[in-house]
Amino acid sequence: MNDHLEPIKRVSLVVSKGSLVDVYPALVMGNGARMEGMDASIFFTFFGLGALIKKTQNSLKVATVGNPAMNMAMPMMKMPITMPFPTIMGAIPGVSNFATWMMKNEMEKLDIPTIPEFLEMFTDAGGEVYACKLAMDMFKLTREDLCDEVTSVLTVGEFYEKSAGASIIFT
Amino acid sequence: MSTKDLAGSSIEVDGDGYLVDHKVWNREIATAIAKEEGIDPLTDRHLEVIEFMRKEYEEKGTAPSIRRLNKLNVVPTKELYTLFPGGPAKKAAKIAGLGKPHGCI
Repeated sequence: MNDHLEPIKRVSLVVSKGSLVDVYPALVMGNGARMEGMDASIFFTFFGLGALIKKTQNSLKVATVGNPAMNMAMPMMKMPITMPFPTIMGAIPGVSNFATWMMKNEMEKLDIPTIPEFLEMFTDAGGEVYACKLAMDMFKLTREDLCDEVTSVLTVGEFYEKSAGASIIFT
Repeated sequence: MSTKDLAGSSIEVDGDGYLVDHKVWNREIATAIAKEEGIDPLTDRHLEVIEFMRKEYEEKGTAPSIRRLNKLNVVPTKELYTLFPGGPAKKAAKIAGLGKPHGCI
């Protein structure tokens, strides 16, 4: 169907937000690119860094506030998808934890790895993981705060250099 | 759907070159597909992975994911990518005579 078009050979994904649902798409797409034989890298910046920080990477949460697309079916409660999930409910202590727990259960059923395991799988597959230097300086983080899967800490210029010939996708 | 000459016999394959019936598979066919995919020679280690995939496919109806192959200590992810460069899940499934994998992970 697309035989006449040039196939994508490299992708660079950028993650700037740090909720569970902000991080997973980049990991799925990056890992999926490697599965298709493409080069793939993921650049984590600002709150996206949370996925790489050893102390926080296991506790990323589903955001239950300020997301108008969230509905009663979403935290896997088997309620109608047409019933909205009021933001005020999402603000109740424990609700985000509960939604996160439900979603993680669902993911495990679908053979989706946890964030740390996914990062390991992605780098084992030959994918590269980068952390943003500016965001690290801002959050007073050092390389030691980050997990072993991080390939290197880059400036934006270095990120562009490494992304030569790649499609850059901001998730 | 078309037929293809693999290892001296005419085999039915789908549009992407995957075997239509996994039961017609044998090692000679595997070697022929592997060669087309740029894997030559097909070693015992390749066959170990492929035969495990076939066994799971026969038992469960789906081929194991990369994650599962790693978790069950069949083959670590790094090695799988070395054995089947440029798309391990698809290539291994193709050589194993199984259908095109549909999983995203």
